[in-house]
Amino acid sequence: MSINYREVKGRIHSIESFGAVDGPGVRFIVFFQGCPLRCLFCHNPDSWSFTDGEEKTAGEMIDQIVSYRSFIQKGGVTLSGGEPMAQPEFCKAILTLCKQEGLHTAVDTSGGVPLSIAKDVIDTADMLLLDIKDYNDDDCVKLTGKSNNNALEILNYCEETNKRIWVRHVCVPEYTLVEEKLEKLAEFLSKFKCVEKVELIPFHQMGMYKWDFVDAEYQLKDVEVPSNNMMDKAKEIFTKHGLKL
Amino acid sequence: MEFKRGHWNEEINTRDFIVRNYTPYDGDSSFLAGPTEATTKLWEQVCELMKVERERKGVYDVSTDIISTISSHDAGYINKDLETIVGLQTDEPLKRAIMPFGGYRMVKTSLAAYDKEENPDVANVFKYRKTHNDGVFDAYTDEMKLARHTGVITGLPDAYGRGRIIGDYRRVPLYGVDYLIEQKELAKKELAHQIMDEDTIRLREEISEQIKALKELKVMAEKYGYDISKPATDTKEAIQWLYFAYLAAVKEQNGAAMSLGRTSTFLDIYAERDLAEGKYTEEQIQEFVDHFIMKLRMVRFLRTPAYDELFSGDPTWVTESLAGMCIDGRHMVTKMSFRYLHTLVNLGPAPEPNMTVLWNTRLPENFKKFCAEVSIKTSSIQYESDEIMLERFGDDYGIACCVSPMKIGKQMQFFGARCNLAKALLYALNQGKDERYGSQVGPAVAPITSEYLNYDEVMERFDVMCDWLSSLYVNTLNIIHYMHDKYCYEKLQMALHDEEIIRTCAGGIAGLSVVADSLSAIKYAKVKPIRNEDGLVVDFEVEGEYPKYGNNDDRVDAIAVDVVKNFMKKMARNKTYRHSIPTLSVLTITSNVVYGKKTGTTPDGRKAGEPFAPGANPMHGRDITGCVASLKSVAKIPFEYAQDGISNTFSIVPSALGKSEGEQETNLVTLMDGYFGDNGYHLNVNVLKREVLLDAMDHPELYPQLTIRVSGYAVNFIKLTREQQLDVISRTFHERF
Repeated sequence: MSINYREVKGRIHSIESFGAVDGPGVRFIVFFQGCPLRCLFCHNPDSWSFTDGEEKTAGEMIDQIVSYRSFIQKGGVTLSGGEPMAQPEFCKAILTLCKQEGLHTAVDTSGGVPLSIAKDVIDTADMLLLDIKDYNDDDCVKLTGKSNNNALEILNYCEETNKRIWVRHVCVPEYTLVEEKLEKLAEFLSKFKCVEKVELIPFHQMGMYKWDFVDAEYQLKDVEVPSNNMMDKAKEIFTKHGLKL
Repeated sequence: MEFKRGHWNEEINTRDFIVRNYTPYDGDSSFLAGPTEATTKLWEQVCELMKVERERKGVYDVSTDIISTISSHDAGYINKDLETIVGLQTDEPLKRAIMPFGGYRMVKTSLAAYDKEENPDVANVFKYRKTHNDGVFDAYTDEMKLARHTGVITGLPDAYGRGRIIGDYRRVPLYGVDYLIEQKELAKKELAHQIMDEDTIRLREEISEQIKALKELKVMAEKYGYDISKPATDTKEAIQWLYFAYLAAVKEQNGAAMSLGRTSTFLDIYAERDLAEGKYTEEQIQEFVDHFIMKLRMVRFLRTPAYDELFSGDPTWVTESLAGMCIDGRHMVTKMSFRYLHTLVNLGPAPEPNMTVLWNTRLPENFKKFCAEVSIKTSSIQYESDEIMLERFGDDYGIACCVSPMKIGKQMQFFGARCNLAKALLYALNQGKDERYGSQVGPAVAPITSEYLNYDEVMERFDVMCDWLSSLYVNTLNIIHYMHDKYCYEKLQMALHDEEIIRTCAGGIAGLSVVADSLSAIKYAKVKPIRNEDGLVVDFEVEGEYPKYGNNDDRVDAIAVDVVKNFMKKMARNKTYRHSIPTLSVLTITSNVVYGKKTGTTPDGRKAGEPFAPGANPMHGRDITGCVASLKSVAKIPFEYAQDGISNTFSIVPSALGKSEGEQETNLVTLMDGYFGDNGYHLNVNVLKREVLLDAMDHPELYPQLTIRVSGYAVNFIKLTREQQLDVISRTFHERF
């Protein structure tokens, strides 16, 4: 049975027509609406709900995307969110249409969905920006509300299928920016050939104001933003394990 | 080594000389030389003088006793022993000259503002000698004065030099002054057999003036010990001759924009020859260039504080156009293009000269990357589309002021500042009455009585208002330029033009994004006008969402396009002075702040007095889908209907441009290739952290050279008024976390 990908519907939080920090090159970013995780440090809590945002068809999205072709032909398209894999059909539809247009695709995911659901999306995308929130599962539950099982399974699958991956890790002082934790994560990641690069993202407070619009309390008000020095130290740990940053 | 001969040896034809002799450079920036000891020392001295200038309310000194002409002042130096390129506007660096032929009142007001004595002898001259300003006000109608008063037409060059004329300064080094005089004498002779009508008489008089100016130019150079009657023989002379020609122009005219043209590739021909012959080293050539650019940074005009409020930052618009493509398919990047940009590194960033890269996607990658690198470091470069202009202006055009293209030595414009379309829209809602003064300025169109504004009703009235405004505007410009030609003719600059030239009547509009969003609000949301006790609409209630210009949304972008097209068509219907071709710009420089101040609340939700967006930019904070979407909206404004240029300012924080320096450069190149490949016309690029600007507001002394790009122009940030600084900061900074 053939699917008309253009007609697949999904919910969009917003778009960014100039993404220079979410995947290689200049990219068009589609932020999906809805996320199963509840990360304490989330800077886009307005993208949590699965009912907000705007309903769009994949066709509408691709028409918009191709109008930016001259800007993104060397870069590509990144699906981010929210959690794009939480709308797998919509996600796959846009990826397929991008592919038909010859555009490079990346999915920025926190691996918050089971592999059985994610598989199809992973197979269609050119690469993944995979967020490993916390390598320690108990801590991960505390930090995000969910286990890291799915993310790790996705990582294994990518290793099996040779899918290009950039791992992203948000460095939150007291939570994840802890030397021994970083050490463990780096050691773990160094075994994966599919991991091309690790991006350590310093925690920031600039998403704080958005928490006023959701029904949850922001718990990291008093957490300091990591200093350059702290970030450099964290980077060293990963470099030491032969990982590219 | 002889230069390759051609048409240029038979007649004046700078382009022919360049095209036959230049050497395109595809390499990278590694050949560049740093500043010499003399350069560093000299620049330190200049910086010190500029510091004193700032302490003296922005004016170092004024030469109050001498009316400036090409040869009026004695030679002046910064440090004679160190300068390789010489020449100042007066006998001392940064000392400003008085140039009263545009308007004596402007001189008088300026002197008073800076606590300088008026010289009674000079004042006496202007009891008998009429100025451009006197002439204009003798001819203005009451309606023109009223429109000027309310600000529906503003910034008119009716009290100061119009500028925006580029002499082909390269002709002086290429031919020497004697040959240029000969050619002008010949041209004048040929004008003897025509019917002596007004046009011929005027042209004969003008050519006579031009010849006098050229003779005076020689006298000026002699004061510095140079005989420039013959062609320049090497790089140093070529730069010196060229600079003398430009210097003569800025001694004669206090023009709003005194642009330099397209000189780098021309000069590179001399440099290539000298390098090949071993006459000069790369260090020496860079030194000449550094010293030349230093001089251009020191050009000063005496202007009133009110003028500065409009065009802030003490601007001179010494615009230099670099790169671009040659019609024969080669690019025109030379080593000299690199050397010019490299002055921003050797001397640090500066707003002047206004470095303008004529961008073409076909330019060599090495040069593109170098531009991006310098842009990121200094925020001092603007970019204009060679893709668009090559086709229409050939390969020897330059930019005057910010965005006005013209064929060098073959075309000039009658600068017309701009009219305020946002205000015109309010007039359409208020039966032609001004929303601030209540006076009847425009035609008394039928009142709007419905509770909510109806799009068709508004458009019908707005159309009538634009009909009226465009006619009044062109008529006003006709008076201004008639008088300017008569009382303040640019004899030196025009001596460096052909006799038969193209003239354009360059109108402009302000408030494009305000009008587009207002009309979009009326069309797609519900807009309820609120009236004051006199029945004037002074506020609006907007219910619902509407598409906003700057998000690549055709529903509103098409409105912006129509506004430009319609206004241009209306302008074109009018008879213009000296058969000039009407054109339009969408440009405000920094005057978007002042225009906003003079304009009431608009239906897009902008409150009375709040600044407009600059140029063709979307309103700050309304372009929410990222900068590429914003660029794409602006790129839809058709150059065909805005041939005097469409300005767009783009500010981004470095971290949003990419993670490493290399990535930032590559991404900036991609962005510009995309924008100009998609018909974008102009882009100012600022790569700055917002925190730096905030800090500079409080500690100006720490940021003497902080340069930022505003609409079509770069300014020294600390020279802006606080209000303008805040405006710059509140403008969309594209950032992503």
